Amino acid sequence: MQKTLTTTALATLLALGATAASAEIRIGASVSATGPAAFLGDPEAKTLEMLVEQINENGGINGEEIALTLYDDGGDPNKARTFATRLIEDDEVVAIIGGSTTGTSMSILSVSEDNEIPFISLAGAIEIIDPVKPFTFKTPHTDRMACQKIFEDMQKRQITTIGMISGTDGFGASMQAQCKDVVGEYGITVAADETYNPTDADMTTQLTKIRNTEGVQAVLNPGFGQGPSIVTRNYRQLAIDLPLYQSHGVASDGFIELAGAEAAEGVRLPGTALLIADQLGADDPQKPVVDAYKTAFEEKTGTSVGTFGGYAHDAFLILTDAITRAGSAEPQAIRDAIESTSGLAGTTGIYNMSAEDHLGLDLSAFRMLEIKGGEWTVVE
Amino acid sequence: MAELLQFLFSGVTVGAVYALVALGFTIIYNASDVVNFAQGEFVMLGGMLTFVCHAAGLPLPLAALIAIVVTSAIGVAMNKLAIEPARGAPVVSLIIITIGASIFIRGGAQLLFGKQIHSFPAFSGDTPLRIGGATILPQSLWVIGGAVVVFVGLWLFFTRTLTGRAVLATSNNRLAAQLVGINTGFVMTLSFALSAGIGALAGVLATPITLTSYDVGLAFALKGFAAAMLGGMGNPKGALAGGFLLGLIEALTAGYLSSQYKDAAAFVVILLVLFFMPQGLFGAKSTERV
Repeated sequence: MQKTLTTTALATLLALGATAASAEIRIGASVSATGPAAFLGDPEAKTLEMLVEQINENGGINGEEIALTLYDDGGDPNKARTFATRLIEDDEVVAIIGGSTTGTSMSILSVSEDNEIPFISLAGAIEIIDPVKPFTFKTPHTDRMACQKIFEDMQKRQITTIGMISGTDGFGASMQAQCKDVVGEYGITVAADETYNPTDADMTTQLTKIRNTEGVQAVLNPGFGQGPSIVTRNYRQLAIDLPLYQSHGVASDGFIELAGAEAAEGVRLPGTALLIADQLGADDPQKPVVDAYKTAFEEKTGTSVGTFGGYAHDAFLILTDAITRAGSAEPQAIRDAIESTSGLAGTTGIYNMSAEDHLGLDLSAFRMLEIKGGEWTVVE
Repeated sequence: MAELLQFLFSGVTVGAVYALVALGFTIIYNASDVVNFAQGEFVMLGGMLTFVCHAAGLPLPLAALIAIVVTSAIGVAMNKLAIEPARGAPVVSLIIITIGASIFIRGGAQLLFGKQIHSFPAFSGDTPLRIGGATILPQSLWVIGGAVVVFVGLWLFFTRTLTGRAVLATSNNRLAAQLVGINTGFVMTLSFALSAGIGALAGVLATPITLTSYDVGLAFALKGFAAAMLGGMGNPKGALAGGFLLGLIEALTAGYLSSQYKDAAAFVVILLVLFFMPQGLFGAKSTERV
């Protein structure tokens, strides 16, 4: 009994002391560092840990250190909901970053909205911020925007009939649906619509069918993971002489490596400034932030930066920017400050939030890239 | 015509991969009636270890050899540490242990190798061979050749060698096998080493086509298991036929029906076959041999 009392007293004292001496800003995160969405959550988790370390080394925000509580929800929406509740109730965070997938994001936002805690999602679906919810924001552009960017480019090349080959995973299926939804607005018809399993080893069958479909002028492949690499290789194996478009899902140097520079020659995809860090003009507003993130991430992890880690980077940037401007770490003040984010250059694009727009990006955030000689080049 | 040929090439390429994985199932099954669900992880280890050794600067053949030997050792360790302590447990328990082992190996691989997707160069280049208007990659021929060589090797092993017959005897009746002087402990060790080695070989041959990452094992195991069931569990002939059949059904369904239904069609065929021939296409003979 005596001992328990002493311990409790000591703990209370310590807690008091800590609050008095150096208050800390508690930020929570729940990402899918393992499981089927690990390719998203893994770079996101590494990015967040790295950025918190960096910011604390430089004295924190407004003189206060950041304490990050990071959970791995494994891509399971139920776990994400539990972690969101735990972050708010036990860890007493003032804001949450996370939700690598749309499913986990939707779980987290239902908890964070109820508790009026700002939440910045890292997932693609438009449902997260449409209709606008007061405390929910997101950093990645939507799948629909990727489709629009691709179709815009096709329009410029006078392409009117395309074939699609999509992965049946969540990303591929979602983008396939979004693309088919907006394709009509660009006067383009989808003449062949094939799918493959993310674990399939050979897509020559589907590609042969697309090639033999009357009038197809280009092929679009929404998907991520190894699928798009295999599609690209099979495309060259069959010597199909049509433009091939990939999605932002494979926008990383790893894709060129896996598909092989020769097979990937001429492939176009909508990517972010991250991929072409060395080609950005000195006056490009995104250059400093992209350079800094790329250098730090590649030095720390030894793997090349990708779009997904960039989403986490931008979420953290928006949050710290908002806390700095708010001069307060109260959830309501942070929310208001996030909503008034304007002209903030992240790795994905320039963010301009408003009461009606909790994403704050437009199509200009995407850059149409083409692979030439194993390097990314910007299509003018 | 060229179209059909291309579908066939695609089916044979994929089928050869399934066949190689299915062949790996046969030995452990023949020795112990256990379906080893960690077989897919052996395939993953084969590809992954080859990549790691190759990336470290070793020549490809040496890297592949190291991968196969190390994976065999892991197979033996799995038998010693997980299966042998549970000797005497019902077969179902042992199968569940192999599922546990597969989760363990996958987790370990994730920690050791990370979550990136990897590959290494094809053995004979990437220039596709053109036959009658269709194309096939040289690496596909390696996989097909590998499947056939492993099949012939296993067939000779089980029918022509004393050790192979000892494996079958252990499966039929462990006690009787011990009474006639078969070292059943050694047979089990040997069967895990061989199964793991064949799995790793499958990984080495298939990775330039399928690519590899820590979590590819499950998909390989499921398709390989389906192929083995279709052909008849435990029979090398069945594994070979089942693998190619499964690959061809998938490719032809994707080609002439729709790629949406390709897996469904394959599984409908498997269900039908098992409904009328519960032992699979070639399974009956090996189970009657008592």
